[in-house]
Amino acid sequence: MGEKKLMKGNEAFAEAAIRAGCDAYFGYPITPQSEVMEYLAAQRPHLRTGMVLLQAESEIAAINMVYGAAGTGKKVMTSSSSPGISLKQEGISYLAGSQLPCLILNVMRGGPGLGTIQPSQSDYFQATKGGGHGDYRMIVLAPASVQEMADFVRLGFELAFKYRNPVIMLSDGIIGQMMEKVELFDQMPRLTEFDQQWATTGKTTDRERNVITSLDLDPARHERHNLKLQEKYRKMSENEVRFESIECNDAEYLFVAYGSSARICQKSVKIARARGIRAGLIRPITLFPFPSEEIDRMAGKLKGILTVELSAGQMIEDVRLAVEGKVKVALHSRMGGMVPSPEEVFDALLKSFSI
Amino acid sequence: MEARNIKLEEIIRDENLVYTKTSLMTDKPLSFCPGCGHGVAHRVIMEVVDEMGIQADTIGVAPVGCSVLAYEFMNIDMQQASHGRAPAVATGIKRCWPDKYVFTYQGDGDLAAIGTAETIHACNRGENMAIFFVNNGIYGMTGGQMAPTTLPGMRSSTTPYGRDVALMGNPLKITELVAMLPGTCFVARHTVHTPLAVRKFKKAVRMAFENQKLNKGLSFIEIVSNCNSGWKMTPVQANKWMEENMLPYFPPGDIKVNGEMVSKTAKSE
Ligand SMILES: Cc1ncc(C[n+]2csc(CCOP(=O)(O)OP(=O)(O)O)c2C)c(N)n1
Ligand code: SF4
Ligand SMILES: [Mg+2]
Repeated sequence: MGEKKLMKGNEAFAEAAIRAGCDAYFGYPITPQSEVMEYLAAQRPHLRTGMVLLQAESEIAAINMVYGAAGTGKKVMTSSSSPGISLKQEGISYLAGSQLPCLILNVMRGGPGLGTIQPSQSDYFQATKGGGHGDYRMIVLAPASVQEMADFVRLGFELAFKYRNPVIMLSDGIIGQMMEKVELFDQMPRLTEFDQQWATTGKTTDRERNVITSLDLDPARHERHNLKLQEKYRKMSENEVRFESIECNDAEYLFVAYGSSARICQKSVKIARARGIRAGLIRPITLFPFPSEEIDRMAGKLKGILTVELSAGQMIEDVRLAVEGKVKVALHSRMGGMVPSPEEVFDALLKSFSI
Repeated sequence: MEARNIKLEEIIRDENLVYTKTSLMTDKPLSFCPGCGHGVAHRVIMEVVDEMGIQADTIGVAPVGCSVLAYEFMNIDMQQASHGRAPAVATGIKRCWPDKYVFTYQGDGDLAAIGTAETIHACNRGENMAIFFVNNGIYGMTGGQMAPTTLPGMRSSTTPYGRDVALMGNPLKITELVAMLPGTCFVARHTVHTPLAVRKFKKAVRMAFENQKLNKGLSFIEIVSNCNSGWKMTPVQANKWMEENMLPYFPPGDIKVNGEMVSKTAKSE
């Protein structure tokens, strides 16, 4: 059994980073995730594990430090919140194009612009559809508890190295700030001994030089590179879909929600069941790849799907694509940092489908 | 004089050898315009890495600009960087490999415009690495637009009537600026357009790598170079123009050595 603690989501993420054997963290302060770097600084990770911690001069510098450090083949990460993640997009595109593993946490706040420091889920498109320039995808993990803020660090690194691709943890201000009990996994070794054949470890005479780049000016070669990337994203879609289904076996009505919205919907399911309405919840854990097949599989038996999001409705597009018109898909949306109550969501279900 | 019929084999002999290309430059033909300083600067840096025997411990960072393909020519492990961010990328590498030698090789647009923040902060943190900064007063790669170092009155494709300092500001002497920061230990300005200048530059490059070994902080070497294509001149004209116009504004010489300011102009400025 691992150590149990009461922690904020952001702190659990930071502690898990040290325990996952992360080699380096580069960040820049922004609410509501500043606790990540503050917690790391207080822990003196260089003394605990030798982990590098550096406050960069901007999010742009931070993501480029991640790019440099990831190129050395080590386990590296950064965290930020929406406006900062926007600044990182060019760097993320380079990481994807150069096929570098790393973990990026977005503790989402409301936009557009400076928006609000209150929680939001309005960066779904940015995280799941690319975000930066060019054709690329990243595995997007959506934690819905403090426990998952810790566990997905380990999982995120595993997936990042499995596919040599950046992995995004798409969290939000609620999950980042709330305190819950968390069982922490044991300390894992850092990647000091490793076998990354592709990394910039210094060219020895027994091998060709390693170059980390996303540039190729030869159209035919560059198309082949892009096709290779697409094949990788297809493999991710095939192998890495993760979701949780709650009370779905006999469900007539389905909530689809992730992260903090899913926590709210769990309660709405209970309220509905108490009132004799057979409701269930699909909580996508990976937003890319999206659990389209599972939602589609259920669609035939359903009378309606309600997507619940702290955004104007972004994930709903993927839900609609999944069911291809087989069942009506409605949206309950709150924005600007407003968070619906489970009762409000339940009422929205009644109204949407005239129950 | 009588013309002798000399066979090639008679000339190419070990005892006649005065120069060989370092094996740390690949055999790929350089893509730079003939007469451009980039190629010489590349070669000198690789010669120093070769002479110090640190190929297996050196990682270079090539950003965007005419040096974007540096990794095609330098036979060491390298990372390409986005425009302006090479000092941040190099910071990430150096922090993960504190015992390796890390350098960036950047143009003036890259280092002194879009990447100003990354440059200043890497210098200010005193990252134990080297920055080689090729100042050709122009954006060579993108076709000769104004750079932060374009001289007053100098023409470029975005200042076709000459740089008007009232509208576009003065050329940025970023090398003098970073010399003011405690994190830099060695700051110098060189050229590579004459054999003597190349020899001096090579000494400076050597010092930049030696400083890293001793964890002395950041070494910053500016190379004032021609961009004959961007300046729309022949290589010979370009070097003459550089001597007459660029060098008075960007005078070669040491500015800071071993953490001490040595240049009088820098002190009085
Ligand atoms: C974000 C971004 N903006 C603009 C460019 C286009 N760009 C490529 S190189 C360059 C200027 C390079 O000039 P300099 O750094 O002086 O290098 P030089 O080619 O003169 O050696 C620009 C603007 C880019 N690649 N990326
Ligand atoms: S465009 Fe200018 S800087 Fe670029 S290779 Fe040609 S001469 Fe050199
Ligand atoms: Mg230039």
